[in-house]
Amino acid sequence: MKVLVPVKRVIDYNVKVRVKADGSGVDLANVKMSMNPFDEIAVEAAIRLKESGAASEIVVVSVGVKQAQETLRTALAMGADRAILVLAADDVHSDIEPLAVAKILAKVVADEAPGLVIAGKQAIDNDMNATGQMLAALLGWGQATFASDVAIADGKATVTREVDGGLQTISVALPAIITADLRLNEPRYASLPNIMKAKKKPLEEKTAADYGVDVTPRLSVVKTAEPAGRSAGIKVASVDELVAKLKDAGAI
Amino acid sequence: MAVLLIAEVTGADLALDATAKALSAAKAMGPVTVLVAGAGIAGAAAAAAALDGVTKVLAADDAAYAHGLAEPLADLVVGLAGGFSHIVAPSTASAKNALPRIAALLDVMVLSDVTGVVDADTFERPIYAGNAIQTVKSSDPVKVMTIRTASFEAAGADGSAPVEATASAGDKGLSAWVEDKVAASDRPELTSAKIVVSGGRGVGSEADFALIAGLADKLGAAVGASRAAVDSGFAPNDWQVGQTGKVVAPDLYIACGISGAIQHLAGMKDSKIIVAINKDEEAPIFQVADYGLVADLFDAVPALTQKI
Ligand SMILES: Cc1cc2nc3c(=O)[nH]c(=O)nc-3n(C[C@H](O)[C@H](O)[C@H](O)COP(=O)(O)OP(=O)(O)OC[C@H]3O[C@@H](n4cnc5c(N)ncnc54)[C@H](O)[C@@H]3O)c2cc1C
Ligand SMILES: Nc1ncnc2c1ncn2[C@@H]1O[C@H](COP(=O)(O)O)[C@@H](O)[C@H]1O
Repeated sequence: MKVLVPVKRVIDYNVKVRVKADGSGVDLANVKMSMNPFDEIAVEAAIRLKESGAASEIVVVSVGVKQAQETLRTALAMGADRAILVLAADDVHSDIEPLAVAKILAKVVADEAPGLVIAGKQAIDNDMNATGQMLAALLGWGQATFASDVAIADGKATVTREVDGGLQTISVALPAIITADLRLNEPRYASLPNIMKAKKKPLEEKTAADYGVDVTPRLSVVKTAEPAGRSAGIKVASVDELVAKLKDAGAI
Repeated sequence: MAVLLIAEVTGADLALDATAKALSAAKAMGPVTVLVAGAGIAGAAAAAAALDGVTKVLAADDAAYAHGLAEPLADLVVGLAGGFSHIVAPSTASAKNALPRIAALLDVMVLSDVTGVVDADTFERPIYAGNAIQTVKSSDPVKVMTIRTASFEAAGADGSAPVEATASAGDKGLSAWVEDKVAASDRPELTSAKIVVSGGRGVGSEADFALIAGLADKLGAAVGASRAAVDSGFAPNDWQVGQTGKVVAPDLYIACGISGAIQHLAGMKDSKIIVAINKDEEAPIFQVADYGLVADLFDAVPALTQKI
């Protein structure tokens, strides 16, 4: 079974985000970019399926700017076999919406015929939490989102999902889409020899136009603003003082 | 303009707080029809009909909707979508699962975690873990969105809308429910509690989380946790507060042994009063805390529990 993993290049999760003074967006020039953390978990899940014999090949796909090559190389160094870069923007500030990404991924799925797609639950830049579900809709496939455990057997995936009240287990017929949550695994680091080897693994370049997908956004950004700030209050010296302050404030 | 609000149903019951908060946002977009989908949901439909400002309740009572599976729910909503300009649901795990699927089937974008309604086409939502608030205008014919409940007050319950049964759209069987592992608790729900007491990695073990729970019980509070506490197995996943967990805005949030990473702050920085107990005076959580106590939580939390 072939597994397809979409990976997004996003601002590194440790970087303090700066809103541009003109309100047009967030400043992404010269900041550290990394693979979306949930996508590292998705790549790791695919590698483990391959190691267990449930998967035979792992193809990673990224949609965006040329620089997403680096993200794909990271996935190849972790253990993916092949990469596809779909160029859909020139400017690092233009984010491709989940609907357009899902439409492109649907075409890639049509070409590659994977038995399973494992995406991340959420991109930590736009915080949309949408692409996997949208791709499942476009393909008419079943979906198992927010996965913390995945087992593949008999043409089905049994997936435990992190939901509001705890955990839910569902079974979904393959091919299907799974989206990875934080507890699915701990992704490995790529070793230096594997980073070297990844440079020779195939990375194919396509464009959104090759797939005939219009990536014009449906949502236009009116403005981007800093959230209302919160200033530090006071330090209390003791539990007694804390209790007194909370009583004064009517909080307890 | 007409809005279809997808009620949150837990088991067969209406999740009142989440639905009533999303209703407040929905009412700003037009007259609201509420869809209640589930199995044995007559009571839930009646509860939805009592919410203030609801025009009509559609009740889809069928086993296909018993466990919130996204595929049958999406097919149901898409079948009902004609005539609605907005399809709205509270930002719960089940709505986040289903709404993007619905949007894609309608060939429109989804707006996740809306925190403000500017007008019928224009909405505010946080991005980058709440480090920026984006105002976006949708050009789609139907606006499909989830509403961040912490940003809206709950609508009242003095209404009496008519309830109409709506036919099931069936189940193609793409996925099947196996089991739920849901811990029953007498504590208030995390997202609707007036007080939340949260523990982080500093709590150190699952056994010591009893300290956090003890303070919570004394205050009638819900219990929350940081990702590190959940990853370490100290607390269950549904207690995680943050960018990728639950978003809470209680009157009082007490963070114990939590450093205050941006991803955690994203889930609690709109709380009215924040208290931080941490032994490291440099911990970033103190930058957002109204009252900070530099102390060992193993001394401070039991003392606090005793003194209130
Ligand atoms: C993609 C992604 C998503 C994430 N989503 C979330 C999320 O939704 N929610 C979330 O919380 N995090 C999230 N994180 C993780 C986040 O970045 C932090 O790692 C996490 O919040 C740290 O948890 P913590 O504060 O409990 O642990 P630490 O950062 O290790 O802090 C522990 C604190 O406890 C204090 N302490 C230790 N012992 C004591 C004691 N005896 N008494 C008092 N204080 C003590 C220490 O001084 C320290 O400040 C996410 C990260 C990523 C990459
Ligand atoms: N531009 C992209 N390229 C590749 N994968 C993407 C892209 N955008 C989103 N994804 C995938 O979809 C998941 C959810 O993203 P989102 O819906 O944007 O929150 C991510 O974790 C990725 O797996």
